[in-house]
Amino acid sequence: MSDALTPVAKPGYLWTRFRRSPLAMTAAAVTLLIVGGALLAPLLASQNPFDPAALDLSNGLFKPAWLEGGDARFLLGSDDQGRDMLSALLYGSRISLLVGVASVLFAAVMGVAVGLIAGYAGGWIDTLAMRLADVQLTIPAILIALMVDGLARATLQPAVHEAAAIYVLIFSIGIADWPQYARIVRAATAVQKTLGYVSAARVMGVPAPVIVFKHILPNVLTSVMVLATLGLALAIISEATLSFLGVGMPPTAPSLGTLIRIGNNFLFSGEWWITLFPSLTLVILALAVNMLGDWLRDALNPKLK
Amino acid sequence: MIIRPFLILLATSALFASVAHAENVLRWSSQGDAMTMDSHAQNEGQTRTFAQQVEDALINRKPDLTKEPGLAVSWKLINPTTWEFKLRAGVKFHDGRAFSADDVVFSFKRAQMPTSDLKDLITTVADVVKVDPLTVHITTKGPDPILLDEITNIFIMSKGWSEEHKVAVPQNYNGGEETYAVRHKNGTGPFKLELREPDVRTVMVKNADWWGLKDNPHNVDRIIYTPIRNPATRIAALLSGELDFLLDPPVQDIARIEASGMFAIQKAVSPWTIFLGMNSGRKELTSSSVKGKNPFADIRVRKAVNMAVDVNGITTRIMRGFGQPAGSLVPPGVYGYDKSLDTHLAFDAEGAKKLLAEAGYPTGFDVRLDCPNDRYLNDEPTCQAIVGMLARIGVKAALDLKPRTLHFPKVQTKQTDFYMYGWGTDTTDAHNHLSFLSLPTSTTNATEYSDPKLFELVNAMATEIDVAKRDAMIKEASVRLRDAYSYVPLYHPIIAWATRKGLNIPITLDNLPHFQFARFAP
Repeated sequence: MSDALTPVAKPGYLWTRFRRSPLAMTAAAVTLLIVGGALLAPLLASQNPFDPAALDLSNGLFKPAWLEGGDARFLLGSDDQGRDMLSALLYGSRISLLVGVASVLFAAVMGVAVGLIAGYAGGWIDTLAMRLADVQLTIPAILIALMVDGLARATLQPAVHEAAAIYVLIFSIGIADWPQYARIVRAATAVQKTLGYVSAARVMGVPAPVIVFKHILPNVLTSVMVLATLGLALAIISEATLSFLGVGMPPTAPSLGTLIRIGNNFLFSGEWWITLFPSLTLVILALAVNMLGDWLRDALNPKLK
Repeated sequence: MIIRPFLILLATSALFASVAHAENVLRWSSQGDAMTMDSHAQNEGQTRTFAQQVEDALINRKPDLTKEPGLAVSWKLINPTTWEFKLRAGVKFHDGRAFSADDVVFSFKRAQMPTSDLKDLITTVADVVKVDPLTVHITTKGPDPILLDEITNIFIMSKGWSEEHKVAVPQNYNGGEETYAVRHKNGTGPFKLELREPDVRTVMVKNADWWGLKDNPHNVDRIIYTPIRNPATRIAALLSGELDFLLDPPVQDIARIEASGMFAIQKAVSPWTIFLGMNSGRKELTSSSVKGKNPFADIRVRKAVNMAVDVNGITTRIMRGFGQPAGSLVPPGVYGYDKSLDTHLAFDAEGAKKLLAEAGYPTGFDVRLDCPNDRYLNDEPTCQAIVGMLARIGVKAALDLKPRTLHFPKVQTKQTDFYMYGWGTDTTDAHNHLSFLSLPTSTTNATEYSDPKLFELVNAMATEIDVAKRDAMIKEASVRLRDAYSYVPLYHPIIAWATRKGLNIPITLDNLPHFQFARFAP
C-alpha cells in the first residue's frame, strides 16, 4: 500500500504535539496519578473498605487529619461506618475506572464490528443495523442502564446480584453507547470502501472479512480512539450517576458514585468530607480524561494541523 | 405575546384568592409513604397515621396514648364477655351517609377477614351484634382485659360506601391486589382525603362537619404530605421553608435544625423496638449455602449473633443518641415493660466466635439480611454496620435493601431468613408485642420459633383478668422469648419531631401524628 492511497498515521508526530501541550501533559499526569492510585490501592490503602469486617463503628466520623477531631490513621477522615475515606477513594476509583474502561471497550468492540459490517456490506444489512442504532439512540443511556439493572435485580438473588453488580453496570453502560461507534465507523468505512487500496485488494481476490478487519479497520481506528477517550469520561460519570441513584454498586462495595450517595446524607450536618472528597475525585478524573480526549481529537484532526 | 399578560392576570388573581381565604396549610414529610389507604389491609405505622386523620375508631387515642371516646360515647361491661357500646348520634361519613351500628358491625367483620392485617388484634372477639341503631354488643371468647385497647385500632368504615365500591373485603396487599379503597377513603374523621398519589403526594382537607370540632376546634384547613426518601433532600426541604413539619429529621441534622432557630424539636422515647429476626423454624435457610440444616435452629448460633451485634455502637454512632439500647422486645411506656429485662447481651465478638464454633460453624456461614431503606431512621446504615459486625464473627450477611412496600410483604409472608423489623405498640400492653412477635399465626413474626409453653402463656394472658397472675404471665413470657434469642433487639427509638415555629403539634408517643391536635398560631 502506498502513502498516496492510505490516510496518515504518524506516532512520532503525535508525541511531539503532546510534548508541546502543557494542558495535555497535566491531564495525562492527573489521569496517571489516579489510575496509579487505583491500581496500587491494596498497597496504598490502610484499610480494605470492601471488607465489612475491617470497618469499626468506633472509628466513625473522624474529621480529616489536619483538622481538630481528626485522626492520623484517617487522612481524609472517615464516614459513619468507620470507613477510611482515602482507602474508600482508592478502591472506589478502581471500580469507577474498571467499569469505565470495560464498558467503553464493550461498546467500542460491538459498535466497531457493527459499523464495519454495515459500512462495507451496505444494502439491507446497512439499513437494518443503522435503524437498530437509531432506535437505540432514541432511548437515553441512563434509562437503558436502569432497565438492565432492574431486570438483573429482579432475576438474580441478592447475594449473586451484589457480586454481579459490576458486570451489570459494564453491560448496561456499554450497551447504551455502541450506536455512536457504529455510526462513526460505518461512515468512515463507507468512505474507505471507495478508496483505491480497497478496490485493489478486492481485485486481487482478498476475501471480504480480511479486507474489512485487516485493511479498513486500522484506518478507521483513529476516530474510534478519540470517541473512546471522550466516552471513558462519560462512562465514569454514568457509573457514578447510576450508583448515586442506588442502582449501581452496593454500599458494601462502593464506587465513587456510591460514596457520593452515602455522603450526600451528611451534606447538611457538617460532615462535608464524606461527600466532598469522592465528588472532587470524580470531577478531577472526568475532567482530566475529557481533556485528554479533546486534545487527542484536535491532534488527530488534519484540518487543525 | 398574548399569553404573558394573561399569565400575570392569572397569577395576581391567584394571589388575591389565597389572601382572601388565608388557608392554614400544613405541609409535612417523612421518608416513606403509607402502604395503602385501606386501613384494614395493613397494620403499619404510616398507613395508620393516614387512617387516623380520616377515620375514627369506637375509642380513639390522644397524643399521650390515653383513650378518649371516638364513635362510641360510652361503654360498659354487661357480663364478663360482653361489652356494650353506645354510639355517637348524628355522625355523618364524608360522603354524606349516616353512621350507625351497621357500620360498626360491618367494620369489625371486615377487620376479621383473612386478608385483613388487623385480625390478630381482635382474635378474642367472638361476635359483634347490633342491638339498636346506636348500640352494639361486642362479645369475646373469654374475658378480655385489653379489649378496649385493642379496638382503638379498628377503624370504622361505611358499609354502604364499601359495598357500592366493591371493597367489602380488605385488599389482599401481599397478593398485590388493587381495589377502590387503595386510593380512596371514606371516614367520619377530622379530615377528608382529597387526593392520593402514592409515593408522590397526599392531600387532605378539613372536615367542617366533623363531630369533634366543637370540643377540639383545630385550625388546620389542608394537609399536604410529600414523602422524601433522601435524608439530605428532606432536610433541605425543611430548612428552605417548604415544609412545616418533619416527622423524622435525620439524627445527624437535628443539632443544625435546632441551631437555625426556625424550628422547634420535640423528643420522646417511643414505645417501639427495632430488632432483627432470625428464622429458626425452617428446615434449611433459603438464602444460605448451608444445606440440609438451618444454622439459626441452633440457639448457640442465635445467641452468638446477639453477642456480635454492638447495640451501643449503633445507638451512639449511627443513631447519635436517638435510640436507647434494647434487650427486650417489649418497649418502655408499655404495660408490662420490665427494665431489668431490657439489657442487651454484652457485646463479645470472641465469645460469639466460640459459640459458633461449638455449634459447628467455626468459619461461619452466609445468609441474606433483608432490610427496609425507608422505614426506620437510618435503617440502611444500621444494617450496613450489622453486616460489618457479623463479618467479624464469620457470618457473611448479604444485605438486601428494599423500600417498605417490598420489604414488609417479605416478612409477612415469611419469605425471609434474617430481617430487620420494628414493632410499636397498638394497645399499650405487652400482650400486643408478645403475641405479634411470637405466635406462629401472627403475620409479623417470620422467626417461626416454636415454644408451645410460650404460646400457651401468651394466649392465656389475653383472657386473664387477675392482674397479679397476668403480670406474672407477662414476665414469664418475656423471659422465655428473650432467652430464645430468636430476635436481636436493637434499640428503642427516641423520636424527634421538627415543627416550624408558629405551628404546634403535640408529639404522639407512638410516632403517629394526629393533626386534629395541631394548631397554627393566629
